[in-house]
Amino acid sequence: MTLFETLNDLLLRMTWLDEFIRWLLVDMIGLNTDWTATGIVQFFLYDTIKIFLLLSILIFILSYIQSYFPPERTRRILAKYHGIRGNILGALFGTLTPFCSCSSIPIFIGFTKAGLPLGVTFSFLISSPLVDLASFLILMSFLGWEIALVYVVVGILLAVVGGAVIQRMNMETKIKDHAKPVPDAPVSTVAAFELTTSDRRRYAFDQVKDIIRRVWIYILIGVAIGAIIHNAIPARVIQWILGSDNFFNVAIATVLAIPMYADIFGTIPIAEALLLKGIGVGTVLAFMMAVTTLSIPSMVLLSNVIKKRLLITFITVVTIGILIIGYLFNAISFIF
Amino acid sequence: MVIKILGSGCPNCRRLVKHTQQALDQLGLEADIVKVTDYADIASYGILSTPGLVIDEQVVSAGRVLRPDDIVAILSKK
Repeated sequence: MTLFETLNDLLLRMTWLDEFIRWLLVDMIGLNTDWTATGIVQFFLYDTIKIFLLLSILIFILSYIQSYFPPERTRRILAKYHGIRGNILGALFGTLTPFCSCSSIPIFIGFTKAGLPLGVTFSFLISSPLVDLASFLILMSFLGWEIALVYVVVGILLAVVGGAVIQRMNMETKIKDHAKPVPDAPVSTVAAFELTTSDRRRYAFDQVKDIIRRVWIYILIGVAIGAIIHNAIPARVIQWILGSDNFFNVAIATVLAIPMYADIFGTIPIAEALLLKGIGVGTVLAFMMAVTTLSIPSMVLLSNVIKKRLLITFITVVTIGILIIGYLFNAISFIF
Repeated sequence: MVIKILGSGCPNCRRLVKHTQQALDQLGLEADIVKVTDYADIASYGILSTPGLVIDEQVVSAGRVLRPDDIVAILSKK
């Protein structure tokens, strides 16, 4: 076993935790491993503890890094780039910004008002909830580094191409008036004030509390659904709906995801359970991406700042992108 | 003195309102605390992350929930 694998098992996959919980349930409490309930409880405890542990540590580290890149600074940097380079940078900066979708609308208005190209703004907007470093490491922990890497690369690609396509459609007039560019848009530099090390540490700690408080319920629901899929629903039922014999598997996964409101952390346990049931990588990727980018609450938020036609264009472009990704990865899934 | 809290009404904004009130109480100051929830109005202050704190039309913080002590320090400097 290489050093990388050892560290991965110890820190990210936490195989010791799985063994400990099995020991606790089976040897100490005396639950029977044949029971469905034992499996559900084991999956639930293991996933819940693992995800909260990882999330707290990762958010702390990443928020500390993020405190050097407030959105005000991002905007200043992005304003210098146009065309596909702008899209790429927009998507990359999207991976560095706060996890909260409630701050995405002020950021959207701030970007468009300052005259940033619409495509760059959308690249940022698509990648922001979809990809970040915390979700990358948690994906690695739950689904292995291959799928984590694919998810991140494809997610950024979707953001770059999606933004570039929207740029091509010349829909600058389809933003609502209060988000339209204005000459000399007010630019606050206050967030760039010098922060001391203890300020940053405190900011990072506050972020951990804040994010856990916001997402814990989605994580618990996600883990519960994952545990039920994993242990109580027969594999052939899941296979029949989402398996490789059903041509509409990716489309069904995408449509199922839309009414679900969860962030990426809540969807990971569900994705894990689906993969364990032998569902294709493409179908699972499509499901995760659709939950994070196409949820109804975020569409409602967006409708505050863009007109209906642009909203429909955005949904169409992202949906087509997700479908292509899903079917493509199912077709080449023999690599994994 | 007019203090504005910029934010869409998220839990962080409510916490900032509470902390601001505590800071004012601590200093024995009186001020109108106004909650600005409209996205267009928030944007007009040029901030990108909420909650924002504005004292007499001057933005003093964005994207952070300042603690009562921080706000006391800012108010004392005015």
